[in-house]
Amino acid sequence: MNFITNLIGGLSLGGIYAMIALGYTMVYGIAKMLNFAHGDIIMVGGYTILVFTAQSVHPLIAIALAIVFCVGLGVVVERVAYKPLRGASPLAVLITAIGVSYLLQSLAQMFFGSGTKMVTGLDLGSFNIGSLKISVSTIVTLLSCIAVMVALNLFVKYTKTGRAMIAVSEDKGAAQLMGINVNLIIMITFAIGSALAALAGTFYLMRSPSIYSTFGSLPGIKAFSAAVIGGIGSIPGAMLGGILLGVVEVFANSVSAIAPYTDAIEFAILIIILLVKPTGFLGKKRREKV
Amino acid sequence: MMKFTKRYLSFVLIGLVMLVCGVQGSGLSASTAYLLEKVAISIILAVSLGLVVGFLGELSLGHAAFMCVGAYLGGKVSQLIVEALGGSQHDSNFLVLILSLVIGAASAGLCGFIIGLPALRLKGDYLAIVTLAFGEIVRVIFTNANVFGGAQGMATPRFDRKYLFIIGLALVLATIAIVQNLLRSKHGRAITAIRDNEIAARATGINVTKYKLTVFAVSSALAGVAGVLYSYANFNLQPSKFGYNYSIEILVMVVLGGMGSINGSIIAATLITYLNTKLPLILTGELAVLQNLFYALILILLIIYNNAPALKGFREKYNFKNLWNKLFKPKHDPARVRDDAARWDVVPTKIEMNEVLSTDVVIDNFGDNSADIGERGGNK
Amino acid sequence: MANKLTLTFKGALDPIKAKLTGKTAPCKKIESEYVLETENLGITFGGLKAVQGVNLKIKKNEIYGLIGPNGAGKTTVFNLLTGVYIPTEGTFYLEGEELKGLAQDKINHKGIARTFQNIRLFNNMTVVRNVMVGLQNQPEYKCTLFESLFRLPRHFKVEKEMRKRAKELLEIFGLLEERNALACNLPYGKQRKLEIARALATNPRLLLLDEPAAGMNPNETADLMDTIRLIRDKFDMTVLLIEHDLKFVSGLCDRITVLNFGTALTEGTAQDALNHPDVIKAYIGN
Repeated sequence: MNFITNLIGGLSLGGIYAMIALGYTMVYGIAKMLNFAHGDIIMVGGYTILVFTAQSVHPLIAIALAIVFCVGLGVVVERVAYKPLRGASPLAVLITAIGVSYLLQSLAQMFFGSGTKMVTGLDLGSFNIGSLKISVSTIVTLLSCIAVMVALNLFVKYTKTGRAMIAVSEDKGAAQLMGINVNLIIMITFAIGSALAALAGTFYLMRSPSIYSTFGSLPGIKAFSAAVIGGIGSIPGAMLGGILLGVVEVFANSVSAIAPYTDAIEFAILIIILLVKPTGFLGKKRREKV
Repeated sequence: MMKFTKRYLSFVLIGLVMLVCGVQGSGLSASTAYLLEKVAISIILAVSLGLVVGFLGELSLGHAAFMCVGAYLGGKVSQLIVEALGGSQHDSNFLVLILSLVIGAASAGLCGFIIGLPALRLKGDYLAIVTLAFGEIVRVIFTNANVFGGAQGMATPRFDRKYLFIIGLALVLATIAIVQNLLRSKHGRAITAIRDNEIAARATGINVTKYKLTVFAVSSALAGVAGVLYSYANFNLQPSKFGYNYSIEILVMVVLGGMGSINGSIIAATLITYLNTKLPLILTGELAVLQNLFYALILILLIIYNNAPALKGFREKYNFKNLWNKLFKPKHDPARVRDDAARWDVVPTKIEMNEVLSTDVVIDNFGDNSADIGERGGNK
Repeated sequence: MANKLTLTFKGALDPIKAKLTGKTAPCKKIESEYVLETENLGITFGGLKAVQGVNLKIKKNEIYGLIGPNGAGKTTVFNLLTGVYIPTEGTFYLEGEELKGLAQDKINHKGIARTFQNIRLFNNMTVVRNVMVGLQNQPEYKCTLFESLFRLPRHFKVEKEMRKRAKELLEIFGLLEERNALACNLPYGKQRKLEIARALATNPRLLLLDEPAAGMNPNETADLMDTIRLIRDKFDMTVLLIEHDLKFVSGLCDRITVLNFGTALTEGTAQDALNHPDVIKAYIGN
């Protein structure tokens, strides 16, 4: 019985990680950069929900507003901080991303203080199947994650914009020559990634409703590990990696002897995967040209 | 003269500080001594991280974690020795200090080696990822390991407060000497060659992985030294102190000082440590967060200013070096160029990572950065 | 774990690579009259056979040419011989020692040095330092990291000797004057020469030159031909070169192999090979 509860919990947590990881992996695949500030977009989404639910706005509307706000933020960050550095050394872009992450955290602290705040109105209760107690939010999370992933896959494969994304990720220069507006595609990528991050933030708040300025860091870093484990740049890889980490986390947490070391175990998995298969499960190996 | 200034000015200055403060000795207030210790720790950290970021062109996000390993293991060893000798906490002597420094450096260096092994043979940002993961692992382990006091922290051995800052500054000198000696040797030449053109370096018989690992292990070991110093300067070690934010703070120092410049790192480390001590007195309560905001903005603006392709023309026209040269430097004269004209600090970090996380070496495009370093070469 | 780690470091991660690619590190040694001998050398990328069945036999002190139309796989052969790619079929021997599967730096240590089609110098280093990097791994300039870090006497001795040797090499190539210029500031022809000097500094037994005359005017080309002959005589060297300039090839090479679509069309003396009907067909068409 416990096993099934854990499995469902793990899958839904994994779904959240997968959604965040999709943001990392798409931005990596298309803009060729590691967006370290992605985790903090989750935090911003969480605070937006906090602000609106505190004004007793309906939670669904609050979530929608959070998504809109995060999309805007993602696009602004891309335009202001990353776009000027296109073509510069990747190390520079990486450090800027870290700076943006740090900036967002400081801003959150400035506006909301450093304490923990509680978000209300997201608890959907739970139901019983036999002796099994399952919370509704877990099921909602799981189903939404599946829906988002299917939709994203269809979007990338079958729409014009999606195919343009694939083209840009393969070869930016050639895509530009084919008349694709590369800057626009990169912007759309950031927008989609940020929307997913806001959604993931919502689901994360359903699990535990407390929010603080580094709220997004840990899920962000874990989702990032998931993206690398699955093979960064690969959309199915991000899902696979996310679900793997989520399941491992929930099962490790259920054993009291190793529960304190859960985070360490997850990051150890990352290091071991890099040692054995540096491209991750589904990542492509690129050949050098000499 | 320029060369001498660049290489040895920091030694002279730090030596002077040591001398002046050492003569004052007992007259020095405890808070000043503590500030000096903190400055020493920051300089060691910044210079050693600068070795990885500025000279190797790799990013480490877990420098504080290596420091943590050094602090805990070095501190534990001296604690055990002092206990075994039957003394109280306050009896740590010079030999014990040296021993714990060695243990701290060795353990952190070993961690660096093990962490670098999977990451550095790959091209791209793998090191950033792996060090980030390592930082989290270290935090979790030290928070939960009862041997090290767990989340409550571990009490650390003490050393005579009047002299600890002198030892700290001596360690700074040793760090600078080690980093400069490393860079100005055949090994350093190999490292520049790798950063300049990795494919050519491999074809010229350089074992790229070995050199990257060596540099990273040396850098981690130095972070371990800083950690031991930290454990002596503070009463209590807490794993939460060595988190991601501390690593970022060290990175800010390196970026602020200018990547690839040792002297820059020293100045930036001193400045930021001083501000860290003084600002909380001014920015109290709600304003405290302004400090972090300030660092974040510095990081972003400096990097964009120094790297944005669009600002290249502006940068070349108005940078500090050009203004300085215009005012104080004689015209370039090929006859006066001596051997060894390439200067470490002018070589820009320019590993092109078009495919950031690909497992293979990527093509480079070095043609476009020649302008950055043109001042000593013939026809620029 | 610990055992595995030391293993991977010692062989510069060859074991891991070998494990991933399913190959074992070679060390077969046979007697051979050839400096370089390739045996059915080939590589497949995905389903594409980029190079297949190449059999080169190069004698000592030969200048050997590898020619063929664009995309014939010439540079790929060089990449196979220098360990950039690991051959998927066949193997190659340097003076009878099988080198297939070794890492690039190890192959260089065994005695194959190369230059690149698009020049790859250490642009931000001075000319003399470029050559000194080449001298790095010579046993007579051995100096451990420890000795360098703590400035023991050997560090200074080795640095001085390396510089002296580098200057000698530069003098041979007429680059001594420019020794303190940055490599990127050299004119094109001198950059080519510097790249060759750097390759020679690694003390190879076989020198691979990838299109050494590309982008040169006739005077520079003639000068380069002299230089290559000089290298052969002065350094007792064997040279394998890729070139498009047929005049250059026929004037310089003792023997050549013509590649087309990854396979060898013919091999022999320059005149014979260039007059071979298949070769004419490949270059000019029917």
